[in-house]
Amino acid sequence: MNPIPLFHIGDFLLVSIPEDLSDSMVTRLQDSLSRKVIKLQIKGVLLDLSSVTIVDSFIGRMLGNMASITAMLGAEAIIVGIQPAIAITMIELGLGLNNIKTALNVDQGVIMLQILAADKAIDYVSKQ
Amino acid sequence: MIIDNISRIADIITRHQESILNDWLHEQLVALSARQDLISESNLRLQSTELLSLFVPACNTGSLSDITQPEWAFVLDFLNKISSSRAILGFSPSETATFIFSLKQPLFDCLRQELNSDAEVLVDELWIATVLLDKLGLYTTEVFQKSREEIIRRQQRDMLELSTPVVKLWDGILAVPLIGTLDSIRTQVVMETLLQSIVDTGSHIAILDITGVPIVDTMIAQNLLKTVAAARLMGSECIICGIRPQIAQTMVHLGVAFGDVVTKATLSDALAYAFRRINRAVIQQVAHD
Amino acid sequence: MSVSSKVLPMRTEEDLMIVRQTVKAWMIEQEFSLLEQTKLVTAISEIGRNALVYGGGGSALLEQLLENCRVGIRVTIEDQGPGIADIEQALQDAYSTGNGLGFGLSGAKRLVMDFDICSKPGQGTRIKMTVWN
Repeated sequence: MNPIPLFHIGDFLLVSIPEDLSDSMVTRLQDSLSRKVIKLQIKGVLLDLSSVTIVDSFIGRMLGNMASITAMLGAEAIIVGIQPAIAITMIELGLGLNNIKTALNVDQGVIMLQILAADKAIDYVSKQ
Repeated sequence: MIIDNISRIADIITRHQESILNDWLHEQLVALSARQDLISESNLRLQSTELLSLFVPACNTGSLSDITQPEWAFVLDFLNKISSSRAILGFSPSETATFIFSLKQPLFDCLRQELNSDAEVLVDELWIATVLLDKLGLYTTEVFQKSREEIIRRQQRDMLELSTPVVKLWDGILAVPLIGTLDSIRTQVVMETLLQSIVDTGSHIAILDITGVPIVDTMIAQNLLKTVAAARLMGSECIICGIRPQIAQTMVHLGVAFGDVVTKATLSDALAYAFRRINRAVIQQVAHD
Repeated sequence: MSVSSKVLPMRTEEDLMIVRQTVKAWMIEQEFSLLEQTKLVTAISEIGRNALVYGGGGSALLEQLLENCRVGIRVTIEDQGPGIADIEQALQDAYSTGNGLGFGLSGAKRLVMDFDICSKPGQGTRIKMTVWN
């Protein structure tokens, strides 16, 4: 199976999660994502779930882990494009992903990342 | 006992077609006299003519005792169409079945006329005709029943959708005024409609107005919380408003809480909050006079 | 009444994906809503993974049902693993003997209309999930 592609745009990484995920694909993604964040000095990661048709507890947990790892490496992670049926199913499963940022679509995710990056820059300047 | 294929029913109908049709139509009109608003005489005549034209070939080629044979497919198909259209028009089941049952009298009259010389044959033919028409009549009732069930199911669905209008208050702000009791089926419809509207309009904020909800128990609160959580997963923020004082009191007594969801007393408070969230403000204009 | 049925193996992750896709195709054919499709397929994923990871694999029986003009789908997933000693406890939220967060069983149960579990220690687990349109 082909690995999940990671698109590098400026300081950000866009991960377009494919429709039907296998467990091994998700595990490999987690690995390559964390290496790229360091190597390319990524400031923000967008996990685009708009074409995903199923998120079960395993995939949900992996998504949460990816967001936490990204945060630990000093970048922001935002999950975008979760579709209504998926959102309702995830809530029924107890996968609220409460400490992860979400946005409606890639466009709004990028805006959010830019604002977050700007806030950090201001923080940094004011501490100087 | 007469064997199916030498029954003379088809032959007799063909020869007396005109008089059977007229008598049959008369019977139907008498039975439906009170329902002339539902179907016109000319329409009834068309339907009756068509059925007879399908009925005779089926009798000629198929078994008269088994309407599940392929020869009867056209007849059943036609009855199917008539019964479901009558179900939609508002006929009762017996009024629908009358279409077939009122064919008995004219057909029996003809059989008696033709076969009066041989009592045994007459009895056999009458029996075959009765059983056959009974089966066809019951078939119309069955189809009628199914069509009604389908109509009821569709109406239930329509009503659920009607009862959950999602309105756009501003660019990026949606509101759902909830009215009546929120059972789990309704909550699911509200949830689906709202979340789909969020995607369609790209809204950041959704306001759930529960002013019209008479009680909020643990289950309803939980259902609302699920909606809020699902909207959050999609990247949208939900506000709950319209919690009346007595409902707030009951909720606290019951130990029901909305957690860290933003709640406001009124829809206008919620709208003001939503404006702030999307960096908008309402400004009073200076009058120019 | 079962109109048609199909037995599929559940030995590998690929098997699980085939079961998911087959059920999804059936549900589209029978005009289930997208939400119902997503719920059942997710539940299959949860239960199927349990069967793979804890039960050492097994099989899935897929059935199309027809009852009083209503169409339905039933999925029965069976494994010959160690079984579950305390089903009540296993159905509680946040319970897990393995590596999961423990949403598996209870979560799947919430996602379907009818959930039936049959398991004894040493005799494997059989879970039946049914939805109606």
